[in-house]
Parts: sequence; C-alpha cells; structure tokens
Amino acid sequence: MANVRPKVDAVIVGMGWTGAIMAKELTDAGLHVVALERGPDRDTQPDFAYPKVVDELEGSVHRRYLQSLAKETVTIRHGPTDTAVPYRQMGSFKPGTGVGGAGSHWSGCHFRALPEDFNLRSNLEHRYGRRIIPADMSIQDFPLRYEDLEPHFDHFEYVCGTSGKAGVIQGKPAPGGNPFEGSRSREFPLPPNPNYLGAEMFYEAAHASGYHAYPIPASNTSAPYVNPYGCQMGACNFCGFCSDYGCLNYSKASPNICILPVLRMRKEFELRTLAQVLKVNLDKDRKRATGVTYLDAQGTEIEQPADLVLLCAFSLFNVHLMLVSGIGTVYDPQTGKGSIGRNYSYQNLNRVTLFFDETVQANGFIGIGGGGAVFDDLNGNQLDNAKAGFVGGGVIWARQPGAGPVRGITTAPGVPNWGSAWKRGVKEAFRHSFYFEVQGACMSYRDSFLDLDPNFRDAFGRPLLRMTFDWHDNEIRMSQFLVGKAREMCKSLHPKALKGDAKKAGDHYDVTQYQSTHTCGGAIMGSDPSQSALNRYLQSWDVSNVFVPGANAFPQNNGYNPTGLVGALTYWSARAIREQYLKNPGPLVHA
Amino acid sequence: MDPRRRIFFRKLPFVPAALAGLGACGDEKVPATAPAERSPAQPYAPTFFSTTEWEFLVAACSRLIPADEHGPGAIECGVPEFIDRHMNTPYAAGEIWYLQGPFLEASKHFGYQGRLAPRDILRVGIRAMDTACASAHDGKRFAQLNSTQQDEILQEAEAGKLALGDIGAKVFFDQLLQETRFGYFSDPKYGGNRNMGAWKMIGYPGMRADYTDWVGVRDQPYPLPPVDLSGQRG
Repeated sequence: MANVRPKVDAVIVGMGWTGAIMAKELTDAGLHVVALERGPDRDTQPDFAYPKVVDELEGSVHRRYLQSLAKETVTIRHGPTDTAVPYRQMGSFKPGTGVGGAGSHWSGCHFRALPEDFNLRSNLEHRYGRRIIPADMSIQDFPLRYEDLEPHFDHFEYVCGTSGKAGVIQGKPAPGGNPFEGSRSREFPLPPNPNYLGAEMFYEAAHASGYHAYPIPASNTSAPYVNPYGCQMGACNFCGFCSDYGCLNYSKASPNICILPVLRMRKEFELRTLAQVLKVNLDKDRKRATGVTYLDAQGTEIEQPADLVLLCAFSLFNVHLMLVSGIGTVYDPQTGKGSIGRNYSYQNLNRVTLFFDETVQANGFIGIGGGGAVFDDLNGNQLDNAKAGFVGGGVIWARQPGAGPVRGITTAPGVPNWGSAWKRGVKEAFRHSFYFEVQGACMSYRDSFLDLDPNFRDAFGRPLLRMTFDWHDNEIRMSQFLVGKAREMCKSLHPKALKGDAKKAGDHYDVTQYQSTHTCGGAIMGSDPSQSALNRYLQSWDVSNVFVPGANAFPQNNGYNPTGLVGALTYWSARAIREQYLKNPGPLVHA
Repeated sequence: MDPRRRIFFRKLPFVPAALAGLGACGDEKVPATAPAERSPAQPYAPTFFSTTEWEFLVAACSRLIPADEHGPGAIECGVPEFIDRHMNTPYAAGEIWYLQGPFLEASKHFGYQGRLAPRDILRVGIRAMDTACASAHDGKRFAQLNSTQQDEILQEAEAGKLALGDIGAKVFFDQLLQETRFGYFSDPKYGGNRNMGAWKMIGYPGMRADYTDWVGVRDQPYPLPPVDLSGQRG
C-alpha cells in the first residue's frame, strides 16, 4: 500500500528544461507545484565546479551526468518483425539524469525551427505534388504555425542568453544573420561568440561555394548577462567541456542556472530528487489522471495526488510513462491505428574531418558547445527537393564543443588503431584537425515507432520501451547529397586529408556510435486525435489533465537541434494552461 | 619517475616485452597500498589482476602503445596500474550498463549483448587469449611470446579472426584497447598518464579549461604546458 501525500495543484515528472519552464510558469500563476526528479540534485556549486567537473574519465567514460542504463534503458530493433535487444551500453544517444537533465549536459546549439518546418507535409504537397512523399512516410504538419511560437522562441532565447545574429527582424533583412530564417521580433540578447579557426575557415569555404553562412545561435553566453528572471551568467571561456558536462562558468544556459535559482526560493515549489516516477495514476475510465506513483530515495512507494500532471521527462521516457500508465491507445503499425508511440524519428548526422599540417593551429581542445558557423542554403524551402531526390533538408556547420584525448582523437585515413603509427597519427591530428558536420532532418515512417518490449524489464520491474527504427532510402539519399556538398566545399580549404563518408545504400542504424541525442516523436502533437497523442497545446487527447512537453511532440524532426523548439513549445503550452485550462479545466481542443 | 625505473625503461627495447613494468613480478598478489602512501621506489602491486593476468596486461599494453620516438609508451605512463585500479570501480563492475537477461544474439549494430561487465570482459578475455596462445605456440602464454608474435595475435583479435571460446575476440580487444587509451590519456590521479607524458606528446593542455585569450590566435602553437586536476604543471 502506497503512502499517500497531500494533494497538490500540479506534479511535474522530470526537472530538465521542460520541467523547469513549467514549474516557473505555474508557480507564477500561484499553483502549488511538486517536481519529482529521478536523479540527484545538481547545481554549479558543487557539482559542476572547477576542477572536478573537467574530468574526462568521470564525464565521458563513467558518464556521471548521464542516465545509468542499468536502471532504465530501451530495447532497439531495425524492423517490426525483428526481436529487439537492449541498448546495453550508451552509444547513439545520451539521455541525462538529475536536476537539469539533458539541459545541463547539452552543447548549447539553440535554433528556432523554420516556418516551413511547421507545415512540412502540406508545403511539400503544394510545392511538388503529393507524389513526392513516399507511401510509407507518415510526416504531418505541426498543429500550429511559426508565428504562434515566435514570442515563445524569443522569450526562451532571452532566458538562455542566446548569442547570435538575427537575419530577419520584423520582416526586414538584417546583415550577418540567416537570410532564410523566420522573422524575429528583435535581435538576439547577445552578439555572437568569437570564431575559432574551424569556424573562420568554414566562413571562407562557405563563401567560396556561394553559401550564406551565419553564427550558430549559441546558448553559451558571449558576454556577462542577466536574464529576465534576474539570473546571472558569465561570458563563456571556451573551456572545452560542454557536451557530457555541466558548465563550470555559468555560461552555458541550463535549467540549473537560468530558472532554478528563482524556483528554489519559491514556497509554492517543492523539488524532490531521487524520486523515480513509476506511473501516472488514472481514474476508472482512464479519462483523468489522479496523480503519480513514485519510489523515493529509500525505495518506498509514494502516491502523489495532483490536479494536473506534467510529463517533463526526456522524450523517450515521456512516451514510456504514457505506455506503462495506459494513457491513450497504443500505436499499431499494422493497422495504422492508435497514437501512443507513433512517428518516432531521429537526426541524420554525418561528420567530415579535415586534417592539416602542423602549421595550422586548429586547437580542438578550445571548445564552445553551441558556437560556430552554419548555413541554411540546403535546408527548408531553399532546397529543391524534387531535384535533390529526397524529402527534408539539413544544415552544414563547423562546431567545436571541445576535444579531449579520452573522448577520442579522430585520426587521418589509413592510421591504425594502435602501435607507433597510431601514436604518430594522434600526435599529428590532435591540434591540427577540425570537423564540419551535416545535420540532416529525419522523416517519420509507419514502421518507425515506440512501444513496450515483451522480453526485457527495467530495474523497477516495468517493461522497457522498445524502439523500432532504421534508416530509410530518403535519409540515406539526404546523407549522400549533403555530405557530398560538405566534402566539395572542404576542397577549397586544401586539407591534407579528409575523412567521413555519407551513409551507403542498405546501411542500418548503428546504436554503438554516438550520433545525436535528438530522439523525437512517439507522443506527437497534431490536429487529429486518431493520428496524434497530443493536441496543439501538448495536452493529451485522452487524459485532459496530462500535458507532455518535449521533443516527443515533434511529428518528425527537422535539420536543427531540438532544444529551441522544445523550450518554445513548453512556454506555449504553459500559457495555454495558465490562460485557458486553469479557468476551465478540460480539453482545450475539441476535435 | 623513480630512477630505478628510468634505467629499466631505457633498456626497454632490448628486454622481452613480457618483463617490462612487472616490478615485483612472480610474487603472489600483494595487498594494495594507496598511491600516496607508496614510496616512489616501490613498484605497483596489482589488486584486481592475478600475476598471470598482470603479465598479459603489461605485455599487451606495451604493444598497443609502445615507447618510441613519438612519446612515452603505455608502461612508462603507468597504464597497467590505471587499468588495475579502474577495474575496482563501480563502472568496471557494470554500474552503468544494462546487464539483465535474456541475452540474445544480435548484429554488431546493437553492441555487446553478453552478460559480462567491463572488468569481466578483460578477465575472461585474458584467460581465453592465453589459452589460444598456448595451443598455437607450444604452451607459451601471450606474455612469453616475442613482440612480433604478440602483434600478430593482437591484429587477429582486432579483426575478430581469433576464435576464443568464452568471448568474442573483438569484444575483448576493443575493451582492452579502450582501457589502455583511457589509462594513457586520463588525468594522472587515476594512475596512468604519468607526468602527463601522453598529454605532452599530443600537445593537450590538460585541465586548463580557459582559452579565452587563445581563441583568435592563428600564427603560433598554444604555448602553455599541461596542468592536471591536482594543479600540477607538466
């Protein structure tokens, strides 16, 4: 029998970006909020303090700031008739844990989606006709427009101290930014960070190829900054410990430094850490959530009743919680019916490394997670999809989040993995190479989905989430097209060697190689309850007092990093809760 | 590094690889002493690996990262000590791996699907490698072979061509190479990368973690030597 705690207005599962945003907005509205975080509490002091945090063995091998797969993981298979096996060692994607979540160990790339990313399907049909979309591709329009989200994109950038250069402000072109972006209401809160050599050479190569390069919007502050909540940030010092690590310098935006300092002082907010939520409790008709059940640090089962349940875990685990709790109908790839688990998508990442001689001081150990240069000439409406032969586009960029030898040194082609020749290879490469990356979109398909695994269980006895995913021809062609362009543009820089190829026809998803933590979909937003899990306010169609913000809501993934869109969607959802839901609890959209 | 060792390593190319870095080899396992308490003249005594396993490890590390004109080798940097100490961590016991069954066969795209934790992969793999060596080389263990033979066997293991009874040769090799590199490049506080030798070789400034003044410099190499987590300068 569970211990029952007193009922609260809202319970939040997970204290990353979405949880912190929801907690801020709902305590602003006067609600009493309890947040349950499965991992430990974390803050710059003492957890990310120098020098402790800049320990590669702890951060990138022991993965101190990431989720332990021993407790919770997923199983993965390539196709619906295969038997899935567990994601036993972390590789392809890296969910976080603890206060801050993936928002504390992210890099800081902070893009908005393009206006045409929101109406992807109808835009493609309009531009090229219906036949451009393969029959098994299940892409959908978002149930809202770029203009709906613009104020929230803007606000989230100001919360994060995002450093960049606008390309379009109030409909007018602004020099130095992305000329193809959706119109911004104002300039970025901070100017771009300085360029390291790889970014500088990227501008040179992009210019030579006629591309319109601009600074990657980076939530790594270029100057001291105070955000709208009064939280202070310091200028990034290029320490080189972004991805996998918490920021030692109050420079990389995170829930920990940008929102929690305010929340921690509020009496309406209570944070319980090492609180592992097991399920959302529903009433008999499964129409209303009554709260959640969790294990506290001692393993005692606790029931926390609440009027409102906000699933703010990492995208995959939001879907897992919906499935184990029985919220909505499970997606069935055979019939195409059901909505929970539908449209899982990922990110199509490919890297090209350029090697130079010892006179070129690339210094990859100098790092900034989100800083660098990028262009959109092959993304969105700039790309002629009919001519290119695939749906969706992507960006090419120079990024340098910080290289360290424990994290691995990419060596030039032909260098063996050990022995004297390897030593020579790492010595030559370490300070004199950098990379460009292609970050492609990833479409959704009928046969790419999430459900519960019949064979494997987590440490708490629940079935593991099962991921069914593989590369489709469309994404392989996209990889070949974009990597081809990237390699072509590298030539003008005359590297002594170039490494990194596109995906080949027939290549399968390899979970052992890190690619991207941008796991999307599974509980998507839409305008049709038979085709989506959430309405346009991220409210469950089936259980109206459950909201599920996160990248799980993307019907498919675009060519950008998801955090900017995730943050904006969460503020959008929070506003709907405050301004509409609280006045009249119930479904906000009647389909 | 203590003077006795330095002399020893100067001779390294001329002694059988198996003997390098063994210190008090041949003894039974000696209880661990914390590095701080150990006098500099006292060689490291393994606490995780048995004497036979330790001999394998020392021999293998000295082939994977040999001492040469490019920089210090794994033995000189204390990599076997790192690995032995690392095997006693929760990580090596499988703390962050999912190790529940059932254990199903799957393609290489899904990673290692067996039930061994990192440290057991090394232990089981070392025994299997020694057994494979003995049957191919008149009862000689890996550490007793010459360096050419050792290299050949490591190459076969890397290519997955070596048939080991209890474990995939490539699974073992990859784990061994990974641990060797971790030991070579990790902060010296973990027992390897002595005197920041590996960092100096590649020009890594270590844990400086502040490069504001050097982001825009193009015409000269980064000038400062490495610093480690304890604040020592290399």
